[in-house]
Amino acid sequence: MGLLASSWHPLSERDPTARRRTAWLLGCLLLLWPLLQLTEFHPWRMLEARSLRVTAHFLASFVPPATDAEFLRLIARETWRTVAIATAGVSVALVLAVPLAFVATAALSVSSLAGRMAVWPAIVRQCTRALMVALRTVPELVWALLFVRVVGLGPTAGVLAIGLTYGGMLGKVFAEILESCDAHPTRMLLANGSGRVQAFLYGLLPQGATELTSYTIYRWECAVRSSVVLGFVGAGGLGQEMDSSLNMLAGNEVATILLVFIALVALADALSAWLRRMLR
Amino acid sequence: MSGTLPAGQAPDSALGATPRRARAQASAPVAADVALQNGASVHVERVTVRYVGTRPQSRPALDQVEVRIDAGEHVAVVGPSGAGKTTLLHVAAACLRADSGRVLIDGQEPWGLDARRRRQLRGRLFLAPQVPPLPPRQRVVTAVLAGRLPAMSLAGSVRSLLYPLGIGAARRALAPFDLAERMFDRVDRLSGGERQRVNLARALLAPARLWLLDEPLSALDPVRAARALQAMRQEATRRGVTLIVSMHQVEMALASFPRVIGLRDGSVRFDVPASQISSGQLSALYAQAQGEVPPDAQPDGQPPEEAGPGELPMVWR
Repeated sequence: MGLLASSWHPLSERDPTARRRTAWLLGCLLLLWPLLQLTEFHPWRMLEARSLRVTAHFLASFVPPATDAEFLRLIARETWRTVAIATAGVSVALVLAVPLAFVATAALSVSSLAGRMAVWPAIVRQCTRALMVALRTVPELVWALLFVRVVGLGPTAGVLAIGLTYGGMLGKVFAEILESCDAHPTRMLLANGSGRVQAFLYGLLPQGATELTSYTIYRWECAVRSSVVLGFVGAGGLGQEMDSSLNMLAGNEVATILLVFIALVALADALSAWLRRMLR
Repeated sequence: MSGTLPAGQAPDSALGATPRRARAQASAPVAADVALQNGASVHVERVTVRYVGTRPQSRPALDQVEVRIDAGEHVAVVGPSGAGKTTLLHVAAACLRADSGRVLIDGQEPWGLDARRRRQLRGRLFLAPQVPPLPPRQRVVTAVLAGRLPAMSLAGSVRSLLYPLGIGAARRALAPFDLAERMFDRVDRLSGGERQRVNLARALLAPARLWLLDEPLSALDPVRAARALQAMRQEATRRGVTLIVSMHQVEMALASFPRVIGLRDGSVRFDVPASQISSGQLSALYAQAQGEVPPDAQPDGQPPEEAGPGELPMVWR
């Protein structure tokens, strides 16, 4: 503000914030450079002859994809299991995320109707946010390693791992989607004596439904992908198959599994687009 | 749409010219969960409101405002933009907390109540903001039935979301505003004026004994504005509901309200029966309010009487 007030003149035809924007941009670039150094980001190395040879060799083993009937039957069963893990995981996540988002979103604050949010509701909202941060900070891989020890090898560990991490992610994004909705209808429902759940159902949900749905489906898609990684640590599904195929250097089997993944993600994409159209 | 009907004669209406007894029966479903009791009184006592973020030396939005409105009264609030009309309505609706002073709604001080009681109190009043608070993707029937939420159980409101409970009541509430046939359209298909009327129809379904309407006519053409206002006044009279309406149509306020409050710069300039308001009071109310002087602020083409000495331009001193 001080910068703005001092440099801006009423008759000037310059954009008063241009200098500040440029400074921010340059500052960000300056910060970014050491980061690139730190991560040893050297993309040109990929184009060296040795790298190209290794890549080509690996990719060549992919064709043709494995198509023998027994393998396909196995893959079909594991695909179904992967879908089941992802779906059950996202369901567990929803059970966690919906109440967490409901508590965390400031859009449903009754006390902030009349000015600032009261102290206790603000503390509860902050604690809920902190809980969601904790849930999603721990990667699903770590949760899975933990649960594999508790409930043993198999899909249950994967479901629980996805449920916890994604519960935190969904809850955070749900709360933010609800806060980005127009607060006016909700506030007026609350001001006229509706309950918070009622105000959510009649004020926020009709506005946020498409965003909430498409984000949930996007997370389901991520859960499908994530279940692969979890399969590597023994949580079942396609990931476990991919792990063994990679270990046996069976490139054509890996190729088949990858194709199935592409199909699953495309399916989720189509489903999301269709649901968005329905809800619009 | 039946735009040619004379004002007030809404077709197929619970508010039409049927005898009082029959009308009460016909409209019973509208008022099914509305307790037909006396309206709620509002006492605003020396209330000052200063918005957060304004400089301390700047003029407060409401400055020592004292207004007493008894149960069942109909009151119009007029004044230029920025006079504090909306703030006054929000204070009277327990939607905004005053910095100093006291508000009594129906004899209760809202900020002395616990959260549950305060919610119950809010359920007994209906504040209709100037911008209709309707989610664009909601259907009109759902938006109107949302007025009933304070009187509905949680299970009932979930069920009503899946299948509207009270389609008949919603139709009867929309009929006086000529919107019954738009019931299953989505709100985003409606014009601004139609949305404003949907919001008024919502008031008819609310279990409220006090209606606070903030410029409910701002998006309506003169004919519709007159009809909407008459519908609200008739229904308020029938139910004994207290009605407080802020508006810019000074002529209409004088013609249809027994009592008019003039607000300017956050303080009450006059609070008298409509018949006793002089053109001088009106022109003083609107004097020098940039671009806000309505043509009917100086009735009968009389030259504006002298404003108070503080309002005179320097040249005249």
